[in-house]
Amino acid sequence: MANATLTETAAARPGAPERSRMRLPLNWLGVVPFFLFALVFLILPTFGLVAGAFRNAAGEYTLDNIFALSQPKLAAAYWVSIRISLVSAMLGALVGLAIAVAVIRGGLPSWLRSATLTFSGVASNFAGVPLAFSFIATLGRLGLVTILLRDLFGINIYALGFNIFSFWGLTLTYLYFQIPLMIVIITPAIDGLKKEWGEAAATLGATQAQYWRMVVIPVLWPSFLGTVILLFANAFGAVATAYALTGPSLNIVPIQLFAQIRGDVLYNPNLGYALALGMIVITGLANVFYLWLQRRSERWLK
Amino acid sequence: MKGNRFWAWVTFAVGIAYFIVPLVATFEFSLRMRRGEYSFDAYRSVLGDPNFHATFLYSVVVAIFTILLGVLLVVPTAYWIRLKLPRLRPVVEFITLLPLVIPAIVIVFGYIRTFGSNSTLPFLATARGTDALLVIGYATLALPYMYRAVDTGLRTIDVRTLTEAAQILGAGWTTIIARIILPNVLIAVLSGAFLTFAIVIGEFTMASLLNRPAFGPYLQNIGANRAYEPSALAIISFAITWACMSVIQILSRFAPKSANRPN
Repeated sequence: MANATLTETAAARPGAPERSRMRLPLNWLGVVPFFLFALVFLILPTFGLVAGAFRNAAGEYTLDNIFALSQPKLAAAYWVSIRISLVSAMLGALVGLAIAVAVIRGGLPSWLRSATLTFSGVASNFAGVPLAFSFIATLGRLGLVTILLRDLFGINIYALGFNIFSFWGLTLTYLYFQIPLMIVIITPAIDGLKKEWGEAAATLGATQAQYWRMVVIPVLWPSFLGTVILLFANAFGAVATAYALTGPSLNIVPIQLFAQIRGDVLYNPNLGYALALGMIVITGLANVFYLWLQRRSERWLK
Repeated sequence: MKGNRFWAWVTFAVGIAYFIVPLVATFEFSLRMRRGEYSFDAYRSVLGDPNFHATFLYSVVVAIFTILLGVLLVVPTAYWIRLKLPRLRPVVEFITLLPLVIPAIVIVFGYIRTFGSNSTLPFLATARGTDALLVIGYATLALPYMYRAVDTGLRTIDVRTLTEAAQILGAGWTTIIARIILPNVLIAVLSGAFLTFAIVIGEFTMASLLNRPAFGPYLQNIGANRAYEPSALAIISFAITWACMSVIQILSRFAPKSANRPN
């Protein structure tokens, strides 16, 4: 498509050189509103924060704010955030993959497949404050599951150290949107596994295990890894679920940043900008990896 | 093969349990407001709360404006990129993906710093201006989804031929976009619109940090102060999300499947 247009323009050029020169600026005009919007409401405000991270209160350039991110409380916040995002991303990806494979390749009735995909679409968008409410009603101190486990099986999960307002509580809650997101994203990749590959492997005498180890896993690997990274970024930037679940008490980066924007709890606005910069760097790196892996996995899905 | 199917069912059952139990528990909890018996008191309490009406209405209006802004921004751009500037496509795609890279909390932090009362664009000086900024913020959040939906829709129609036919009949650019292109990608646009609605309606971070009386902050406030109402609200929110996704699913059945001329 792009090539066809280029050759068309090239062919038209010798005939009407003035006309094409006259029309070029008009072509650009059509996308000006979009680029202006992106510049003013996406790029400049973010760039302002990034620039602010490298200045002190007097406006001089400095790296102090970046170094200050290593103070124990902030370093711990980053560490907890990264761990929660990583654990929920990996568990979400593994469980999501297992469910997707079971539904698509496990010989389950086909209506289950579309039901699962529909539900996944809903659940992957059911994040934020209401999700936190659901998990408090389920696994909070008075939650249904907590009470049933206590009354029917005599297992008091709170006495065993579980708390919905903790690392594992938050991870378990995040999985509610991480697993469905994995299912939604990985399904096309599993569909892309051609039947012929399985037949070819069988013809060559491969066992089911060999087929999985030498065909399926290498083909799915980039999509899988890419989605893990996407899920990671997804959890890393999430504020609402964590805030509604734990309030300002849990020490993770988005909550710290939320408190900082609300009331400058770090007593240094520029350190707040550095905190935001750290978030952009981490999710940015994650997305660069994602795009790179996606390009690699697309080769097989044509 | 039989063992395979057994494990598939086991996996599926575990998944079902994880996803259904919280919904059942939330529903059960929401019915427990009256001591000793199940009742819909929590729902009555929520639906009778004037704050619920006010914040929900506010969020619906913000969502509608967000969708309008998103359509105005994305449809002409995606159309123009397809028709005239295919070389710019990677740049535009990259920009539309930026809101997935920059977390919402960072975007709104940037707004608060950039558009304060003393800046050149003092959005935050007035309540109306802040409302507008919230709409703009939501439009950026929805940008990746809206752009993808519209671009997919454009792929299924022959943009060039439609444009040339309209031009021969004397149509200007506004007419072409509003009366030729938009109706042809309407189903894709509506899919994007309902997804935007689902994202925006209960959004907490931006609304809360911009101090707007939206549904998300209301939910959070109820969660911090009441016992049974939050569960009722969670069920209502889930129903809203479900409704939006169902509409998208139904719409996709009407969408044209293949391109007249694959681009």
